[in-house]
Amino acid sequence: MTAPILHIVDVTRTHGEGETAVHALRGVSLDVFPGELVAVMGPSGSGKSTLLNLAGGLDKATSGQVLIEGDEVGALGANQLASLRRRRVGFVFQDFNLIPSLTAAENVSLPLELDGMSVKEGRRAAHEILEIVGVAELADRYPDKMSGGQQQRVAIARALVGDRRLVLADEPTGALDSTTGEGVLRVLRDRCNAGAAGLLVTHEARHAAWADRVVFLRDGVVVDTTGSPEEAETLLVGSGS
Amino acid sequence: MSVKLGLLALLAEQSMYGAQLRSEFEARTGGTWPLNVGQVYTTLARLERDGMVAQDAQADEEGRILYHLTPLGLEEVTTWWRTPVDRDETPRDELVIKLALAVTTPGVDVPAVVQTQRTATLRHLRDLTRLKVQASDQQASSDGTSNDLAWLLVVENLIFAAESEVRWLDHVEARLATEAARPKRAVASTDAAAAEDAEYRTAAARSANTTTTSQGARK
Repeated sequence: MTAPILHIVDVTRTHGEGETAVHALRGVSLDVFPGELVAVMGPSGSGKSTLLNLAGGLDKATSGQVLIEGDEVGALGANQLASLRRRRVGFVFQDFNLIPSLTAAENVSLPLELDGMSVKEGRRAAHEILEIVGVAELADRYPDKMSGGQQQRVAIARALVGDRRLVLADEPTGALDSTTGEGVLRVLRDRCNAGAAGLLVTHEARHAAWADRVVFLRDGVVVDTTGSPEEAETLLVGSGS
Repeated sequence: MSVKLGLLALLAEQSMYGAQLRSEFEARTGGTWPLNVGQVYTTLARLERDGMVAQDAQADEEGRILYHLTPLGLEEVTTWWRTPVDRDETPRDELVIKLALAVTTPGVDVPAVVQTQRTATLRHLRDLTRLKVQASDQQASSDGTSNDLAWLLVVENLIFAAESEVRWLDHVEARLATEAARPKRAVASTDAAAAEDAEYRTAAARSANTTTTSQGARK
């Protein structure tokens, strides 16, 4: 099997010290391979969002390692971290988080331009990915002139523009009706089928069902998973997809 | 759902022979509830006895016996379409019974039972979701035959059912956590059963001592 894009090894995250310390994660290990979508479920306060933040370099582990495509996130300096988030990791949030004063194409190309890519190249990359997620016609539109489902597709395009291969999604369908939400999950699923790695935090079983595996967290510990990556792969082959 | 009404609904369209009824039924429901031919013929025999279907006067060119609907059968189907499905009768659900017994049986690790089931149901849900993607692609690219739509609707129904099971299991887990935090009392139902049992035995002993012939002292 190929190397994982996201490799999390025995990670803990503790807020505070001594008696008042809160253990958000207590020894979590998780791999996400190219082509895989992994869902994280668990009750509120179980550590789902902490895990996602660590995976995206938004937060630092108290102990353990987070590796993205072989690079240890904890060892990166501030500039390298910023570059990592612009070049290699994409986030999708519940409330889309598009910049209202920028068009869809500008929103998508922004991280690339911030990282030094020319405007022209950035726009070309943006149009390419907008086409792939099925909203090419929205390239010059502003977010307030788009539906929620369209905004979320643009957000997925932004998360995956360039050669980014890890997408981290936090309740991406939370603000959408069920059919629109399903369309968004389908886009995410398709991107993973095309080789990206996805980590999806959700509390909806119906949405987690789009993933290859589901990881359950409770009180900062993985209590169960619906199978190993190998098994997920066999099932995928078995179902003929 | 009774096989009877399914067969009647199919025969309302046209005359069919047994194996044809079976394959039509499966095609339209995506093979989710397989029928065997024996079951089809037993049901047809019963329907014939009740005057709802009759055999065609002539077999088809390959010698197969075709069945058609009688006016009484047609009335039965029409009534079925018009009336809601009866939901008063609680179906016997193994999972519900299992959990009800698990929480009342000492020594059972109930959270583990819940977790194991949820993992299995989520896997099932994932497989159903894949089927659904296939089914909706098929439906989108098809010439619009209604069998594809029927299959898609069946899969979606199974998805809703599986999702509802997961939500219920989440609820059970939360409920167990609340209960675990509560101060313990004696298990009332066991006490009550023991008391009832003692009472019954006393009554039985009493009736055996007297000359009455009543055997059914118990309620």
